[in-house]
Amino acid sequence: MKESIAKKQDVAEHPEADVNIVDLEKHVSELKEKVEVLSKGKAENKLSMIVFSGDMDKVLASLVLATGAVAMGMDVVMFFTFWGTPILRDKNKKVGGKDLMGKMFGAMLPKGACEMKLSKMNMGGMGTAMMKSLMKKKNVASVEEMLGLAAELGVRMYVCEMSMDLMGFKREEMIDYPNLSFCGVAKFLEEAQNSKIQLFI
Amino acid sequence: MSEEIKVDKVMDLKGLPCPMPVVKVSKGIKEVEIGQVIEAQTTDPGSLTDFPAWARTSGNEILKTDQDGGIIRFYIKRNA
Repeated sequence: MKESIAKKQDVAEHPEADVNIVDLEKHVSELKEKVEVLSKGKAENKLSMIVFSGDMDKVLASLVLATGAVAMGMDVVMFFTFWGTPILRDKNKKVGGKDLMGKMFGAMLPKGACEMKLSKMNMGGMGTAMMKSLMKKKNVASVEEMLGLAAELGVRMYVCEMSMDLMGFKREEMIDYPNLSFCGVAKFLEEAQNSKIQLFI
Repeated sequence: MSEEIKVDKVMDLKGLPCPMPVVKVSKGIKEVEIGQVIEAQTTDPGSLTDFPAWARTSGNEILKTDQDGGIIRFYIKRNA
C-alpha cells in the first residue's frame, strides 16, 4: 500500500515519466528489429566440409561423416578442392583439348575414387590393395559406394573452380552426381557461415 | 518392460558397419507412421551408442534395447 502511494507521488513529481514510456516503446521496437536480424544469421542444422585431401582414408572418413550427418537430420555440403578435386573425375570419360600441363596433371593424379591411395602404409599400392580387400571382407563400404549413397541422400557437392582450372580438369570429365556444381571460395564461406559444424579434411 | 511391444516393421542391419545402421534406420523409420514401432537388428557394437544419439537428435524414442549374443535389437518408436 505504502509502495503504491510512493509510486503515485513519483509520477506526480516527475511528469516526464510519460515521455519515458514512449522512449521505451521505441527501444523495444528497435530491439525487436535487431533480434530479427540476428535470428536470420543463425546457424542452420548443417555440416560444411572442405575435402582438401585426395587420400582414400581421409575421403572415406569425410563421406562417412557426410552420410551420418544426413541420418542425424542435417543438411550436408562438401567442397572439394586441391587434391580432393581429382577424386570426382570419371575414369570412363575422356576429354580432349588439354594443354601439356593439363595432360600431365591428368595422367599423374588419380582418375576417380578408385585410384586413390592410403595416406599411410601405401607401400607402393600393396597397402591400399590390402585395405580394400579387408574393407570388402568386413563389409565396409568403398568410397565409390559411399559416393552413390551420398548422392541418394542428397549430399550437395561443390568443386573448386580454381583447382579445376589449375590442374586442367574439364567439367565434362567429372562424375555424374546429381548435386554437383562448381564454385569459388565465397559460395563455400556462405554455406559455412550458417552451418553448425565446419570441417577441413 | 513386461508387456510385448507391437512391432510394425523389422529391419535387418546385421553385419553392417558404421555408418550404415544409422543411415538405413533413419530412412527406414520414414516408412512407418508416426507412433509406429520398428525393430532394428544390428551386430555393430558402435550402434549401442550411435542409436541413442541418433534417436535423441532426430526426436525418436528407443523403447527397449535387447542384446542376444552378438545381435542387438532396438525397438524404436517414430515420434518425428
